[in-house]
Parts: sequence; C-alpha cells; structure tokens
Amino acid sequence: MIEDVRTELMPVAGGVGTAMPEGGEGYSSGSVWRLILAVFLENRLAIVGLGLIVFMVLFCFVGPLVYHTQQVFNNPNIANLPPSAHHPLGTDPVGYDMLGRLMLGGQSSLEIGFAAALIAVGIGVIWGATAGLAGGVVDAVMMRIVDALLAIPFLFALILLGAIFTTSIPELIIVIGLVAWLVPARLVRGETLSLRVREYVQAVRVMGGGSGRVLLRHIIPNTVGTIVVNATFQVADAIIFVATLSFLGIGVPPPATNWGGELSNGLSYFYDGYWWLIYPAGIAIVLTVVAFNFVGDAMRDALEVRLQQR
Amino acid sequence: MFGYMIRRVGQAIIVLIGVTIITFILLHLLPGNPVRAILGTRASAIDIKQLTDQLGLNKPLYIQYFVWVSNLLHGNLGFSYKLDQPVASLLAQRIPKTLFLVGASLILAVLLAVPLGMLQAVRRNKPDDYVLTGLSFIFYSMPSFWLGILLIVVFSATLGWFPSEAPQDQFSVFSQLNGMVLPVATLTLVTLAFFSRYTRSSMLEQTIQDYVRTARAKGVSRRAVLFRHVLRNALIPVITLLGLSLGGILSGAVVTEDVFNYPGMGLLFYQAAVSDDFPVLLGVTVVVALATVLGNLIADILYAVTDPRIRYVS
Repeated sequence: MIEDVRTELMPVAGGVGTAMPEGGEGYSSGSVWRLILAVFLENRLAIVGLGLIVFMVLFCFVGPLVYHTQQVFNNPNIANLPPSAHHPLGTDPVGYDMLGRLMLGGQSSLEIGFAAALIAVGIGVIWGATAGLAGGVVDAVMMRIVDALLAIPFLFALILLGAIFTTSIPELIIVIGLVAWLVPARLVRGETLSLRVREYVQAVRVMGGGSGRVLLRHIIPNTVGTIVVNATFQVADAIIFVATLSFLGIGVPPPATNWGGELSNGLSYFYDGYWWLIYPAGIAIVLTVVAFNFVGDAMRDALEVRLQQR
Repeated sequence: MFGYMIRRVGQAIIVLIGVTIITFILLHLLPGNPVRAILGTRASAIDIKQLTDQLGLNKPLYIQYFVWVSNLLHGNLGFSYKLDQPVASLLAQRIPKTLFLVGASLILAVLLAVPLGMLQAVRRNKPDDYVLTGLSFIFYSMPSFWLGILLIVVFSATLGWFPSEAPQDQFSVFSQLNGMVLPVATLTLVTLAFFSRYTRSSMLEQTIQDYVRTARAKGVSRRAVLFRHVLRNALIPVITLLGLSLGGILSGAVVTEDVFNYPGMGLLFYQAAVSDDFPVLLGVTVVVALATVLGNLIADILYAVTDPRIRYVS
C-alpha cells in the first residue's frame, strides 16, 4: 500500500531520454527500442508476469464461454458445497459456482483496473505536460494543486470520496482515476521540463509550430515509456484499491462482484471451514497484481538501458 | 542550507493551505444540510434559522472558510454528532495508538529491509536475488487485509500463538504486546517489501557510479567499497523514503486497524466513513494530510543535510 511513491521515487539511472549508451556507440532510434525489448525479454520475471496477465485475461473473459455456469438465480439447495468434479471450486452461500464466480469477479476487477489506469494516466499526462510546457505561474499553480492533493493519502481520499458518492462501477472507476492521476502528472511534468528545451522542440518552435503541436506531436510521444510503465503499476494498484474498498464495505454493491468482494463475503464463513470461498479469490488478486508489477518493473529496467550496459 | 530550508518550509505551508481549501470544498460537496442533520427532520423553521446563524452557515463562503481555518488553528476540528464528542478529543485518544503501530512497523521494516536489499543487490540476478525479489513482489502485491487475514489464519486460528484481535483499552498496548504482534507484522511485511526493493535499486544505482570504479582501481576491496562507499550513498534516498512513504503506511494502517479491530485513528476514520460521520472524516483527513506534509518536509530537509548536492540542484 505504498503505491504513492513507487514509480516516482525509484532511483533512475538515466531516464528514457538518456537511453543511449555512453561512450559514443551510435544506435538508431529503432534499435534502441529493439534493445529495450531485448532487455525486457531477458528478464524472466517479466515473461512470467506477461504470461500470467494473458492467462488471467483469457480465464476471465474467454473462460465463461467454455465453462458455463449460472450466476443469476440463487439456489440454496447447492449452497456452500466443497469442491467436487461438478463444481471444481465449490459453491458459495447462495449456490453460485465459485469457479464461474471467480471469472465474473475477475472481469470487473480487470475492467475497473484498466479503466481507472486509463483515466488516471490520461488526466496525468495532459495535466503534467501542460504544466511543464507552460512553466512559470501556470506550472507553479498546477503543481501546487497536485502537491496538496497528494498530501491526502490515497486510501483516505478513496474512502472519503467513496463515502460522498454512493458507488456504482462507473463511479468507482472515476473515483480511483481521480485519486490516482497525481503521480503520472508529476512524472510527465518532470520529463516535459527536460524535453521542452531539447533542440528538436526549439526547431519546431522556430518553424512556427504552436504549443499544441509541440505538446501532442513531440512531448507526449516522448514520455510514452514513462507513461506505459506507470499505467502498468496503476492497473495493479487499482485492482488492490477495488479489493480493499470491497473488503471495507465501500466497494461495489451486489449483484456486481469482484475478487475483493468475493473474498470479503467468504470471510464471514471462514470459521465454518469453507476455505474455498476465500483462497481462490485471494490468490487471483495476488497473482494478477504480482504479474502487473513484474511487467511494470521489467519495463522500467529495460528503459534504463544504461544500467544494463555495464 | 538555511535558504533552502526557508524555501521548503514556505512550500509546505502553501501545500497545507491548499489542503485546507480542498477539504473545505469537500465539506461543501457533502450531501445533505448539516443543520437538518443535527436537528432532525421535525425541527421548526425558527430552530433551523437559529442554528444556521449560530454555525455561521449563512455567511459568504470565504468568510466560512476563514472561520473554519481559524478554528483549525485553535485546535477545534469540529464536533461529531454521531459520537457526541469533539473531533479533537477523539483524535487525541486515537492518534497515540496509530503512532505506536506505524512507528513500530516502520522501524522494524527499515531494520530488516536494508540488509535484505543489500543482499539482493550484491547477488543481483542470482537465484537468491530471484527468490527474495519474488517474495517481496508477492508481499508487495498483497492487499494488506488479505495478508492480515492469512497471518490470523496461520498464527491465531491454526497455531494459536497470538490473539487475532489487538488490545482494546487505553493503556493495555504495552502490557499486551502479544496482541500487537500480528498487526505490526502485517504492516511491517507490506512496508518491508517496498523498502527492500528500493534499497536494492538504490544500491544498484550506486554500483555503476564512477567513484566505485575509481575505488576498485585504487585497490580497495569489494567489501570495503560496498560498506564504506556504496551503502552510505545508497542509504541517503532510503532515509528520505521514510518520510515520503508515510502516507502509504497510514493508508496501510487503516486496513490493518480494521482487520485487527485496533482502536486507532484508521479505524476511527473507517467507522466514520461507514456511518457518514463527516466531521470526523474531515478532521482525520486534515490531521493525516498535515502528517504527510510534515513527513515530506522532514524527508527533504534530511536529504539536503545528508546530500549537499541537492541544495544546488533546486
């Protein structure tokens, strides 16, 4: 739960902009990306993570097409059955098949994760790039707003907003996105500050390119590495946030479900020995979040090619 | 140095003013009319008018803001009608407990994380680094409530070593340390995973610096370079991380306190959220934000003290 500072503070041994190796060996821009890809693929944990993500997406979205369960009507006759050939992960207190439930819960966990990450990164990029490019008073005001919002720890902000807005899935996505955009905003602003004084940006200016063009065509595309890395972490964080809010009872109300909700529903039955109600959902959360963190971490390492050049 | 500190304190004050503005806006986004909430639905129009005047809610917003801020500065954080107590006295009971939980976890996490991170950096990309990296990723990726539950399952329900509930009454925290083991362990493990990961990359960043090559070329042993040069430089960002991660750790404390029913500030906040006790929610938010800003400020100043280069950069 220390998401606040991870992407921002990890020591960086040369950012995306300095991806060129020292010592004057020239790489064309195409081969820098190939080099980055090679470094990424060298990292075994990254491959494991990527595999896990693909597996989870297939499991949640393609799984229900293969493994049909009914998740609409309660059936008390088959409530709380232990795992068997008929129900590989047992059934829950209202008679839903848990394997099918896990797929359904995963769908919304992943959807919320991706959507919230997209919103957070979207706002963050526009805010950060604008502030960095504008500079001066505009920059100072915009970044002080970010500082002030960052002073309220994420979970506190989420609980506060969750208490104000009654949560549905779209609201939950917006709330998470509105809390999580601060870190990408800072990262992108930092990169913009170094990018805007580059010669090619000056060249665009000289040739009459306006701020909008500089921003959209030159600055934002150059921050794409940072953005993608941060977005990957954002997905992981959003999945944890949703699970935590559901555990705290501020998440999505039924009939919508997600892994965190399943886990916390199962807890009340845990001392009855119904372990299948909590472990699968818990393991699914951890595996998915680990996978996104593996991939994000490997991408960041790969972008720091200098460290790998030793 | 002095100039840098003044500038940094000034920034912190601006951020704090920003926080109060944001909190004040939230206060006014809240659904419902506070006067109605206090007096109930059957209050007469005269009573409503009287209390509205008394609370100053008929004044312009900016005057209400200044009144609210001046109350804050006098330690008046509002009144919880749900708990029938001033928010400040509720916080006074709860904050020491949270400080104890967070403080103990932070200290343990740092004491364990630095050697672990060092080991990982030295053994980079060897099997033990992979195992430790994998483990720290798993702890890091675990929602804290799930980690707490697993610890309860193993150490409380199965082995019966520690109670699953934290000590409840005011002065029992030290006399019943047994009950603090699992909450502190939960918060420590989550924090530890992050800190050791950070120490590892901070060490790795230092090992590629020129001064390391120079020292090695002069014939300094690997071990001496590691402890005398690399570690000392790598620890600088780790020190500052302590202050900067305060917000995240306080977030973790909310969940941990809820799992173990530990009556700290986090549990107070959570219960306030569930019962729509907005004065408490906002009071805790202001206090937590103040703690985070102070944490950042101290971290930055420590950074400047330990690493003189930073003063020239900014």
